Amino acid sequence: MSARRAIAGGALLAAAGLASLVDAPVLARGEAIDPGREQVVRIVARRFAYTPNEIVLKAGQPAVLEFTSMDFVHGFNVPDLHLRADLPPGQVTLVRVAPQKAGVYDMLCDNFCGAKHEEMNGRIVVRD
Amino acid sequence: MFNRRDFMKLAAVGGGAVFLSGLRGVARAADGMPDYDGFYFVQLSDTHWGYSGPANPYAANTSKKAVATVNALEDRPEFIVFTGDLTHTTDDPNERRKRLAEFRDIASRLKVKDVHYMPGEHDASLDRGAAFGEFFGPTHYSFDHKGVHFVVVDNVSDPGARIGAEQLAWLEADLAKRGKDAPIVVFTHRPLFDLAPKWDWATRDGDQAVALLTPYRNVTVFYGHIHQENHHMTGHIAHHSAKSLIFALPAPGSQEKRTPLPWDPAMPYKGLGFREVEAEVKEAQYKIAELPVIRA
Repeated sequence: MSARRAIAGGALLAAAGLASLVDAPVLARGEAIDPGREQVVRIVARRFAYTPNEIVLKAGQPAVLEFTSMDFVHGFNVPDLHLRADLPPGQVTLVRVAPQKAGVYDMLCDNFCGAKHEEMNGRIVVRD
Repeated sequence: MFNRRDFMKLAAVGGGAVFLSGLRGVARAADGMPDYDGFYFVQLSDTHWGYSGPANPYAANTSKKAVATVNALEDRPEFIVFTGDLTHTTDDPNERRKRLAEFRDIASRLKVKDVHYMPGEHDASLDRGAAFGEFFGPTHYSFDHKGVHFVVVDNVSDPGARIGAEQLAWLEADLAKRGKDAPIVVFTHRPLFDLAPKWDWATRDGDQAVALLTPYRNVTVFYGHIHQENHHMTGHIAHHSAKSLIFALPAPGSQEKRTPLPWDPAMPYKGLGFREVEAEVKEAQYKIAELPVIRA
């Protein structure tokens, strides 16, 4: 795993809103993705869209969102889950989530990135 | 022509809201207002000069119309403030400066000597306020007018909508020079509170600014960004957003996307406008009247 990877760890605890946000190199924390246990979703951020812009997760299954930004320090923010990260280009940013409750949660870029910044959004769908 | 007091009454009756905002932070109609013995200023916001699109086919004229309307006010305001998004964003630094220059030219037609500017994210976020600064100077500052202390807070030069530690320290030091009862007005672009974070209608460290302001008992915030009136209290601090002069946006969180409201050819200025704010310094209150782009 690249030492340039960064990880933002949080939990999708919709009711409690207890998600934490930690920006630290994954190797420094001794953390690594466990593909056997964690669902991995790769997402490309490029002005002015996330691809995919709908992320489907399963309640009760840990997941890692693996972001690659192509052109800007986009933001990734899920306000209802108190989950956010900056997505610098030139590196992979990992956001660890532990969805507990089914629901649909809006996500958006919250770093102003240009003319269609307001259109750079999507949603996380957590299913039982 | 009608005089200022007549206008205030008309605004209260005829659809324009008049609010009192101050120590009590209570909005009420203008009936029985005390005699005007303070001063008033005009707030314009979100002109987005350079915008081209279906949300306002008259974009090239709306700001000019508004300037003409302000100039036709019977009583001249003592100053004017633009609360950001003077121009519509562009990736091209030369085009950004061209739009800022054109906007400055339009604003120069205002028949008011004192005009205060601040950036919105469309003006400043892609170059951290560099071009804005070339045309309009600092992005945060303060000034005094007839006993009221005005503070301009920049929450847009950082593309992540942070005021930042340095500016917050400046704000704290600026406020420390005032008494706890001093009338203080804050101008900013984004809401300082979490109005609708899923639409990016927030300031990431706005709570820190509100915390610095809260010990002061007479604080009112005027802002833009959301292209509509909104009135909100955080404790005793009233926050009033202004209409836009380009296109209206939906009520906070009222629909999935924050797309502009459809333009209505029958009412091309619907949802647009500016406001005048009348300061009653003795009572530390501000009477707000909403005005259309053009007057019948």
